[in-house]
Amino acid sequence: MRRLLSSRKAGIIIAVLGLAMIGYGLYRGEAAVVFTKAARICLECIGIG
Amino acid sequence: MDKKRDREWRRHRIQALWALLYNSYIMGFVHGKIYKGPLKNLCVPGLNCYSCPGALGACPIGSLQAVIGSWNFKFAFYVAGFLIFTGALVGRFVCGWLCPFGLIQDLLHKIPFPKKLKTFKGDKLLRKLKYVILAVFVILLPLFAVDVLGQGAPYFCKLICPAGTLEGGIPLVLLNKSMRSAIGWLYAWKNILLLATIFISIIIYRPFCKYICPLGAVYSVFNPISVFRYKVDEEKCTGCGACARACKMQVDPVRNTNHTECIRCGKCKSICPEGAITSGFWNRKDSSRQEKSR
Repeated sequence: MRRLLSSRKAGIIIAVLGLAMIGYGLYRGEAAVVFTKAARICLECIGIG
Repeated sequence: MDKKRDREWRRHRIQALWALLYNSYIMGFVHGKIYKGPLKNLCVPGLNCYSCPGALGACPIGSLQAVIGSWNFKFAFYVAGFLIFTGALVGRFVCGWLCPFGLIQDLLHKIPFPKKLKTFKGDKLLRKLKYVILAVFVILLPLFAVDVLGQGAPYFCKLICPAGTLEGGIPLVLLNKSMRSAIGWLYAWKNILLLATIFISIIIYRPFCKYICPLGAVYSVFNPISVFRYKVDEEKCTGCGACARACKMQVDPVRNTNHTECIRCGKCKSICPEGAITSGFWNRKDSSRQEKSR
């Protein structure tokens, strides 16, 4: 296990898992939430809201 | 020495290029408004406020809180997946090369000051604070401290993030009259935090990255396993300690080559007199001494 974690294979496997999560998140429509938040001035972020 | 300085400024130029790339919506600065185009669906790898008038993409930490705090999603597969993917590929290389707020701290630390602090009592313990901030302000509070509609606020952005104040708050308040009339105690508090961050950055190298940044906390977890990594050639290394002395994040690359605090700035590589430290995606012979210190 330790050997696997210190090898690059672990990084590649986890990166692929990350890609799969991105795909699932997109499928669920999470990007729309990100867009809604990012395309409006976030009053909390700038210290007003 | 000049060659080493050149390499450092080359990194700063690349950081500046990324900062420009993240914030290249010039019209936002002209009109005091933010970009609302489709690129805002995408996260950028570094900490860059999406309410900066020039921002083209979304801040991953802000986005994470937005999705977790939304009424319909309680887990952010899209943003978490992006962070996992980026972290597994390059780890904290993002902190060293691709983060605009990292660049600002790098430049602030170049300002001369009578007594610069490399480390202090409690430094090591304080480095754990960023994980607490990640857990409490980025995940738990947006998830559980919700309003009647089940929506949580982005508590890290609201109460802590100095990048939001610098990149979003100050320009928008300066450029937008309606914003000016709305400022209150929270704006004052965030400006105090920003001023403190600026002042401490002059004395301590990257205090925000070391102690506060939840994005750095996420990427740090991936440092030991990321595809891009550092390697110390045991045959070349003489154990002179030059790399550990040069590291501004107080990492000893020989003892723990891909330490969670390493931001992959490359200073150890350029200072090594034997050329024993290399980095890349595909080192053929992987002899990095990652866990020696554990």
